[in-house]
Amino acid sequence: MADGTSIPIGVMAPGRSAARRGSMRRFAQRRSTVGFLLCLPLILLIAGFVIYPAFYAIYLSMLNKKMTTFVGLSNFTFLLKRHTFQLVIFQSCLFAITSVILKALIGFILAHLMHNIPGKTQRIWRGLLLVPWVIPLAMSTLTWWWMFDPSYSAFNWILNQFGIASVPWLGVGWIARFCTITVNVWFGTPFFMIMYLAALKSVPEQLYEAAAIDGAGALQKLFFVTLPMMRNIIAITVLFSLIVTFADFDIVRILTSGGPQDMTHVFATYAFQVGIQSGDIPLGASVSLFMFPILAFAAFFVLRGVTQRTKEIAT
Amino acid sequence: MSATTLEHGRKVAASRKTSLHRQRLWALWGSYIALAVFVVIFLVPPFYTLITSLKSSAEISAQSGSPWLVHHPTLENFWYLITYPNFQTYYLNSVIVTVLVVVVSMTISILAAFSLSRMGFWGSQSLSTGVFLTYLVPPSLLFIPLFQIIGKIGLINNFWCLVILYPTLAVPFCTWIMIGYFSSIPKELDEAALIDGANYLQILWKIFIPVAMPGIIAATIFAFTVSWGAFLYPLAYLYTSHEMVLTVGIISDLIRGDVFQWGKIMAACLLASLPPIVIYAFLMDYYVAGLTAGATKG
Amino acid sequence: MAEVSVRKVVKEYDGGVQAVKGIDLDIADHEFVVLVGPSGCGKSTTLRMIAGLEEITGGEIWIDGDVVNDVPPRDRDIAMVFQNYALYPHMSVFDNMAFGLKLRKFPKDEIKRRVDEAARILDIVPLLDRKPRALSGGQRQRVAMGRAIVRNPKVFLFDEPLSNLDAKLRVQMRTEIKKVHQTVRTTTVYVTHDQIEAMTLADRVVVMNHGVIEQVGTPNDLYHHPTTRFVAGFIGSPAMNFLPCRVQDGANGGLAVRVTDTLTVPIPAARADRYGAFKGKEMVLGIRPEHLFEYHEQGKPGWTRVDLPVDVVEPMGMETMVHFFVDGAPVCARVDPATHAAPGELMPLTADLNQMHLMEADTGKVV
Repeated sequence: MADGTSIPIGVMAPGRSAARRGSMRRFAQRRSTVGFLLCLPLILLIAGFVIYPAFYAIYLSMLNKKMTTFVGLSNFTFLLKRHTFQLVIFQSCLFAITSVILKALIGFILAHLMHNIPGKTQRIWRGLLLVPWVIPLAMSTLTWWWMFDPSYSAFNWILNQFGIASVPWLGVGWIARFCTITVNVWFGTPFFMIMYLAALKSVPEQLYEAAAIDGAGALQKLFFVTLPMMRNIIAITVLFSLIVTFADFDIVRILTSGGPQDMTHVFATYAFQVGIQSGDIPLGASVSLFMFPILAFAAFFVLRGVTQRTKEIAT
Repeated sequence: MSATTLEHGRKVAASRKTSLHRQRLWALWGSYIALAVFVVIFLVPPFYTLITSLKSSAEISAQSGSPWLVHHPTLENFWYLITYPNFQTYYLNSVIVTVLVVVVSMTISILAAFSLSRMGFWGSQSLSTGVFLTYLVPPSLLFIPLFQIIGKIGLINNFWCLVILYPTLAVPFCTWIMIGYFSSIPKELDEAALIDGANYLQILWKIFIPVAMPGIIAATIFAFTVSWGAFLYPLAYLYTSHEMVLTVGIISDLIRGDVFQWGKIMAACLLASLPPIVIYAFLMDYYVAGLTAGATKG
Repeated sequence: MAEVSVRKVVKEYDGGVQAVKGIDLDIADHEFVVLVGPSGCGKSTTLRMIAGLEEITGGEIWIDGDVVNDVPPRDRDIAMVFQNYALYPHMSVFDNMAFGLKLRKFPKDEIKRRVDEAARILDIVPLLDRKPRALSGGQRQRVAMGRAIVRNPKVFLFDEPLSNLDAKLRVQMRTEIKKVHQTVRTTTVYVTHDQIEAMTLADRVVVMNHGVIEQVGTPNDLYHHPTTRFVAGFIGSPAMNFLPCRVQDGANGGLAVRVTDTLTVPIPAARADRYGAFKGKEMVLGIRPEHLFEYHEQGKPGWTRVDLPVDVVEPMGMETMVHFFVDGAPVCARVDPATHAAPGELMPLTADLNQMHLMEADTGKVV
């Protein structure tokens, strides 16, 4: 043809079909080889800095403090017997579950409110509501810390104006726990809001119209149309957030460093204190590893939800 | 039907119409008011950051009057930070780390996503699943073994360790987003390009990347967010000020023992939050679309 | 330009499903061949194997005298137009058309010359700077064709190119494609499920079903002389009527077709020789709606009158479709719109049996 493209294999005489079979297979192989090569950086990254460290963590967790002798599971049994660690387990669960429930609820309400208002103004409102989520968490937690400051704090000043005595926000265990949850809810709610808003928008308007004609009220629409249609996304978002919240480090570390009396420690901050600050690497690794079963459990259901969702959309 | 009942029926219909209208209006205004309340609550901390950053140290330590107001606004905190060499170092380090992490992460993700969405090879299916699972691994799960590994490669207290480690946090989700965007490109488009004479890399470079630009923007913002705001890794692996990045630098440098220079800390927070805020202000739509696409579209 | 040969080509997917079961087809230089058949018949797979987008499981495909089984698509020198146009959304119309030439390192002025020429042929010169999303469906289709034309390839491949257009535009673009082919004369393989498209465009039509070729022939050939019941039923709209029947001795030593106990029609003498051998066997009578008429007293001699109750009447303007049931089998007649027909009433009908087809009930072969 005019452009003079060469036809490298096509000129081969017919009859040499064996050779041709081979080259055909080579063609298919070449494609998958290229495919594999393109994935190689990803595979190396994950293998080197996720999978290897994961197994290394298991190995580390079975050594003594000086990392000289193999001690089996005694790090784990030691931790379980320790009162501080029991507090850590309790606080981690309390922190994660309470935060996620509040985030999911407030996020759901916000998404509905957003869905009510006309599309044009939504962008501005959404932008404003996303601000907590945009600021780096470590930075905004510093501000919260400053607002919780006992001596001249923003909150206590307001309380004083109403004649209420100052509250030692971060100085008393249960109040400090409440504070960490507050910051987490403040930070994480926008994420729920945008996920739910996207899900709300993906519910076909005709369904609501059909429900309205069938005589459904607002609540019935919510329970029989909205929630069933969003079920999967709610599950994915909640489980995902559960993982992230459960493994949170920044808020507790900056706000309380685990205190008072280790009452606000979560797994991540405790592992940091034990492993990095006190230098007991194996014990720190063991603390982190306690998170694994819970994370794996949540991850399994997230994955299942996502695959289901993909299938639903494909059909 | 008599004339009066007809008249009555009309009236009922008319009042019902206006009440329906009124009901909608109420719902709308109710939503606005409720949203406004939430916005005010959500914006309290950033507002307080701004207020404090404009106060002089003297005004803060005087502890008189409302802390919610600034009586003598000053930019001295900002000026101090801008001319403070350590702060400049942190900022520069953060920028260097973030730029490198974004470039590395995007390169790895785009190549892998192209391969995983188009060129099946043995195990590519499980690799996709693996990538998603990796996304669910939080940094706090592996930071202790990584501390040992980083120590062995000799990168403790060297911000280059962040350039190596942050991609593990960014790449899985970026790849996931990109697989979604690439898969939504009709297969006929690569076939047309194949017939037009393009090879795989040309298809990727000339067709996929330009067509999936919204996805690339979303993934880039994600990589940026992760890298700019991460706190645990730098806190655990860096300890001298010339290697530190913003998040840890601010905390360890401006808080000395019990001395809190809140004005400067808040000003620093503001400066550190500025790049994300600017980026989100312009590209929020892409990011939200990319983030929600994963869950709502499959 | 070139001839294309398909020799005993088989396509088997993983899991052993055969989409194409060993087909043979020779396409001459400059020829416009249309592959037509119901969805899943293997027509698209065949086209994609010619394009090099699907691997060939068995057999050979030749383009211009070379086996191309292992030649990647870009080296086969073909161009393809896709159903969804497959225009590069981020490129202007000009760049879309120039992309293949740029990749082949054509000089700039040559690219411009070719694109301009193709744009002129397709009447899209004012659109060259636009992006595909700013174009209508018909315009996109033109650009997709332009992208094929500029390459000046050996073979054009069309994969259901008009399916995404509305009915009116489809007719218009059909003419357009025919005109373009008359101008550039490139060998063309065109896949469609629409038999009207096939009939109007093709030099030769290839009817496929279940991965095999049922019949190859000119449009008129297929219409008047289908060789299988499938082709007889697939070509023509509304479809041919099929009535189970039996051939038996008729009056005056001739043959007759017995459709029901009360309906027996004589076979024209000219056909008697052909059908004699099938006396007594289970057969199917095929007759097109256009060969059924309202019975008039002054009608042709020898045509049998049958009175049938009308089921549904569909006036189309230039003709009227009348539907009946003959012993449970639906029958459609295409009659003059002036004809009086009302549902439930009896209508006198007759048939031009010189146009009848008779096929074996079990094999579906037309005899």
